[in-house]
Amino acid sequence: MAEFSTPTTEQQFAENFAQLKPVMNRTEALYESSRCLFCFDAPCIKACPSGIDIPQFIRQINSGNDTGAARTIYEANYFGNACGKVCPTEVLCEGACVYNLQEVKPIEIGRLQSFATTKVIKNGEKLFGPGADNGKKVAVIGAGPAGISAACELRSLGYDVDVFEAKAQPSGLTVYGVAPYKITNEETLAEMAYLQSQFGYNVHFNSAISSREELEKLENKYDAIFLGIGLGKTNELGLPGEDKINCTGAVEFIAELREFQHKVAVGRKVIVLGGGNTAMDAASESSRLGAENVILAYRRAKEEMGAYEFEYDLAKGVGVKGLFNVAPVEITGNGYVAGVKFIRTETKDGKVSEIAGSEFVEPCDMVIKATGQAKQTEFLSLIPGLKLDGKGRIIANAHTGQTSNPKYFASGDAWNGGAEVVNAAAEAKLTARGIHAYLSK
Amino acid sequence: MPDLSINFAGIKSPNPFWLASAPPTNSGYQIMKAFDAGWGGAVWKTLGVPVVNVSSRYGGVNYRDKRLVGFNNIELISDRPLADNLREIEEVKKRFPNHAVIASLMVQTRQEWHDIVRQSQDAGADGFELNFGCPHGMCERGMGSAVGQEPKVLQMIVEWVMEVAKKPVIVKLTPNISDITEPAMAARRAGADAISLINTIQSIVGVDLDQFSPYPIVDGKGTNGGYCGPAVKPIALNMVKNCAQHPDIKLPISGIGGIENWRDAVEHILLGASSVQVCTAAMHFGFGIIREMTSGLEQYMVEKGFNTIYDFVGKALPNVLHWEDLNMKYKVTANINEDKCIGCQLCYTACEDGAHQAIKLNAGTRIPEIIEENCVGCNLCSLVCPVEQCITMERTDDATQHLTWKERTEAGTAPTEFNDEKAGGRHHWVPEPSAALGKERHKTLPGKARLYSGETVLPTEA
Repeated sequence: MAEFSTPTTEQQFAENFAQLKPVMNRTEALYESSRCLFCFDAPCIKACPSGIDIPQFIRQINSGNDTGAARTIYEANYFGNACGKVCPTEVLCEGACVYNLQEVKPIEIGRLQSFATTKVIKNGEKLFGPGADNGKKVAVIGAGPAGISAACELRSLGYDVDVFEAKAQPSGLTVYGVAPYKITNEETLAEMAYLQSQFGYNVHFNSAISSREELEKLENKYDAIFLGIGLGKTNELGLPGEDKINCTGAVEFIAELREFQHKVAVGRKVIVLGGGNTAMDAASESSRLGAENVILAYRRAKEEMGAYEFEYDLAKGVGVKGLFNVAPVEITGNGYVAGVKFIRTETKDGKVSEIAGSEFVEPCDMVIKATGQAKQTEFLSLIPGLKLDGKGRIIANAHTGQTSNPKYFASGDAWNGGAEVVNAAAEAKLTARGIHAYLSK
Repeated sequence: MPDLSINFAGIKSPNPFWLASAPPTNSGYQIMKAFDAGWGGAVWKTLGVPVVNVSSRYGGVNYRDKRLVGFNNIELISDRPLADNLREIEEVKKRFPNHAVIASLMVQTRQEWHDIVRQSQDAGADGFELNFGCPHGMCERGMGSAVGQEPKVLQMIVEWVMEVAKKPVIVKLTPNISDITEPAMAARRAGADAISLINTIQSIVGVDLDQFSPYPIVDGKGTNGGYCGPAVKPIALNMVKNCAQHPDIKLPISGIGGIENWRDAVEHILLGASSVQVCTAAMHFGFGIIREMTSGLEQYMVEKGFNTIYDFVGKALPNVLHWEDLNMKYKVTANINEDKCIGCQLCYTACEDGAHQAIKLNAGTRIPEIIEENCVGCNLCSLVCPVEQCITMERTDDATQHLTWKERTEAGTAPTEFNDEKAGGRHHWVPEPSAALGKERHKTLPGKARLYSGETVLPTEA
């Protein structure tokens, strides 16, 4: 018996993908904010990549100044609402809360954060606005956390900003890649609409920039170009049978899930390949879509998985079974996926080696590859003088985000190789100031 | 099992917990319910010429998520006809002959006092409590605290009461006075049998920020009320102590003010009360709180080996001295238990900004360190520390010396001049004032000024 029955309606989908961090009501926010100790030089602030003054906004909530709390949050992080819901707070702010050392439940910082931001978004409260027009223009490629954050900051500094987005909706992986039980599409898009109404940047959807000519046009028209392009498709594994029907990449699977929700079909028995957070998400999501068996196959030992412990716990909690020390050799089946041929592995002195003769086939009718996203090196090669590191990441100044082509600046996954929404939001703010410093010279 | 019963100035009660004269004692129904729940006595809601009240009568003080740490009311004395109250007093006494039913009274003329005292004792009241405390509504009419604030008037009225009272008379005192012992002595001179204190404190519990009106709001307006609840206990304890220690009062004291659990009650008793009265806690949580109060009191008495309440009435009084009699050679120093410390650094910032800069932070650890030579033993760090028994105040003198301010003054070793060498802080180290500038400003900057890496941007030197 499957853990979840297959959702066939919007409502069933919402039930299967119930929010892990539902928005607090005022009473809950009052109780929770009352517990905050207001630490000196608080560890939670240090643990936040965007450095939100957490004790300050919690104190503001506690004294009934929810609007002020939202301002504190947004001053540090334009994805304040999204981050409150999708951040791995267990290993960031909440993980740093001193209550942990007393074996007391840490403050629910993420939920308090979203409480304050949800309120201003709902009420459309005017907190920010564009700065005085400075006559300069910046093009932003990509409307993800990096691109939108950069657009907000640049607008507040007085720049004219055009954002070019290949897809139909803003927020990047927040709406196309995050697990649906972390944030809903409505919540994500409401924050995007709020930010755009506050700052007034232009977003051009379905407007992929993919050729040298298009880049040239931007170079001629804009004073600087911000690259918030993120990563690309799921890495190919190079296995025989990888092209079979029902063998898909996790990024593509999740994007489809976010867009089509209960209309997405999942196999009866799903094998997810990988040990990172995206693998946990894909496994969890398969189970919530009604798959009877979900196996998480990882080539190393359980302890070596890159995923956060709480993410694995979450997957286990919805019935996902782990299969460790196995490497996929082949996707079997005749046209459709019918199984994965694995070979057992062992880890010695940190090195994984296959155990000869240990092959076996695990039958399944769907394979999801959560084996990382490819870098967009082909596109990046169109930018003259742009240097990448050995892993295909854009090389940029750590404080200004300026790349080796002085007109181009970067933030987010394309720069950091793939991190959280909060990292992209924080980097983009810094980079926007880098652009400002460069163009103010 | 210890004996919780009391004989308070001749009023017997199975335990020392009485409901104070207030809304919970408005009717026989409520008092019977309270006795049924375990309360030892009740002081009936003040009888007199019935009043008419306003709607919207109470206001609260909340602290963070804790409701009603303070409470105030603008309700007056009983609004029910006297005959109804007296009939119910009789009924309660019939059903609960061993419980204490005390009639609280407030009238104006000598004749009215005589009438109401006679009628109440005929109804079976075990005693009287004269309400000279109510600080709102009644005082403007020359009653309540208007009487309590004028010892001569108070004495006269008590004398009128004593002319006819055959049952013990308790005088309830108002705290809205600079020296509570003056009305207490007036009560004593007039022959009262006991005193009870404190009544409520004149207060405004809060102001509505949108309506610009004090709470509780009556049609957009408000007035001062009477303050009570947990927040007033310290004021009550001090006044109970003042009356209990005064050599010319020597009357049984019924302690009132901020009593919500057995501990509060024991504190009142240790400072001289031999019965205690409760109102706000019963209004907040209902009569059921009595179970915790009696069981806690009983347990305490068992642990201390006390057989009756009287074994510890006033037991803390010998330890309450004047400041000038405290031993100045006694010295405590803060000690941080590193195993328990969670690194919130509240002690650091409290000492740094609110005390004597006797705690420092060291690189590589969030556990602060006490600078012993700067520590004056003020307790602040141990009070703000959120972890039980993490910061303790350890005695650091050798316990062999004793010297009080009084003795120093007499010996001529106390500072007497503005720049006296003998000043206590003369040789205390304090940082240079300018060392404060920019010291911790980066830690209070908004998040936007911090680097994404989690480090903070130090402000550039001006």
